[in-house]
Amino acid sequence: MKTSRRKFLNIALGTSFFGWIVSVIYPIFTYLKPPKIPEAVVNSIKAGTASDFPANSGKIVKFGRVPVLVIKTVEGNFRAFAGTCTHLDCIVQYRDDLKQIWCACHNGLYDLRGINVSGPPPRPLEEFAVDVQNDEIFITKKLS
Amino acid sequence: MKTGSKIFQWLDERFELTPVIEFMSKKKVPLHNHTIWYYMGGVTLFLFIVQVATGILLLLYYRPGSDSAYESIRFILTKVNFGWLIRSIHSWSANLMIFFAFIHMFSTFFTRAYQKPRELTWVTGFILLVLGMAFGFSGYLLPWNELAFFATKVGTDIVGVIPFVGSFLLELLRGGEDVTGATLTRFYGIHVAVLPAIFTVLVALHLLFVQRQGMSVPENLKDLPEEKMREMPFFPHFFLRDALLWMVVLNVLLFLAVFYPWDLGFKADTFAPAPAGIKPEWYFMFMFQTLKYLPAHILVFEGEMIGVLAFTVAGIAWMLVPFWEVKSRKGMKKNVMMITGVAALTFIIVITIIGYLS
Repeated sequence: MKTSRRKFLNIALGTSFFGWIVSVIYPIFTYLKPPKIPEAVVNSIKAGTASDFPANSGKIVKFGRVPVLVIKTVEGNFRAFAGTCTHLDCIVQYRDDLKQIWCACHNGLYDLRGINVSGPPPRPLEEFAVDVQNDEIFITKKLS
Repeated sequence: MKTGSKIFQWLDERFELTPVIEFMSKKKVPLHNHTIWYYMGGVTLFLFIVQVATGILLLLYYRPGSDSAYESIRFILTKVNFGWLIRSIHSWSANLMIFFAFIHMFSTFFTRAYQKPRELTWVTGFILLVLGMAFGFSGYLLPWNELAFFATKVGTDIVGVIPFVGSFLLELLRGGEDVTGATLTRFYGIHVAVLPAIFTVLVALHLLFVQRQGMSVPENLKDLPEEKMREMPFFPHFFLRDALLWMVVLNVLLFLAVFYPWDLGFKADTFAPAPAGIKPEWYFMFMFQTLKYLPAHILVFEGEMIGVLAFTVAGIAWMLVPFWEVKSRKGMKKNVMMITGVAALTFIIVITIIGYLS
């Protein structure tokens, strides 16, 4: 009888101790996880005037909180891709000498269709739609 | 009685200091061809002390935040008296500390001082090196400059490739999905509070182990009869040599800090392409460069995931060396471990050099 009472107390105390630990750890753990900040969903942006954009060049524009690379090819066509390298998150740039998209961090290369052609990037860059209306460049998210 | 000895007697009466002094006065350091390596840990410790001192001084002016961090360091460099010197010493000393920690580790490996009974000294030492690198990585972001921003993007993105918990850890480290001011304040907290606390406890443990077990003697000298073993007392002989070397290191450090002041670079722009020629700190170079060589896909896995996994496994294996050390026939053991060590060291050095040349 004596032993079982001791056992009962041990289990009761042990369980409540475990519960206490959880009640301490849980708030700390959730505190560390940053709260979601609501943001306006961006579907389309203006990226400047087409005639001011030199051919064979590229620039990074803000698409909400993500960078987008806009390129004007040698032929004068516009292309836009997600500006974040699919390898390790660096921001890519247009290389006018190579006529390709280049990531300086690990020497990854993409062609002008956004397809990974050399180096470590595992996936192509996401493509955005570009429309030029009244000399104004509009970039829109493509529907997947 | 002199005042000094009066104070000592007062303390001794209360804390029984005599046995401690007895222990310290009997402490001996073995003398042989490899005695020089005994100094490397001490130099690393000295540089850590320099880090703490200069770090506290920098804290007085540094302001974390994406619109204040870079500006506050520029203020330290241009307006604060000797601010440029303190910051330069902090950066140089950080690098020298990692450098000496590497030398200390490899000398321990090659003299095989990690063997029984010093397994845990090796393990704590390895963890200290990893923490030292974490110090470097977290501190690197604090100036919020271009290089730091991309190094942190890459470094934290690597954490994201860990299966199952990767994305959770990534968010935890970055304080969101991207590297922003929230990442900076997190890294600041890690750099000035979390890491120093853990590091100090481990350094104390590491030193306690060394004090308790004494210096390791290379295997070929272990069997020498006691009268043939040359030794030097720790106090004051070894201690004074240690102190002299610390002075030399301090002078080298000051020379580097004054004549090659650490660059602040350009302020990070979160919407600018990664600059050409971007490189991590030299002690991450071999990992960074190896990741460059891996193809996009290895079988069905992404190349970087395999790379990160390989480095993690290699690191753990290295930490556990005392427990798996190859013990085959007589005379064989040395070769296997020697080849492992030389291979690891050659890999690190060669890939690092290629990284800087390419």
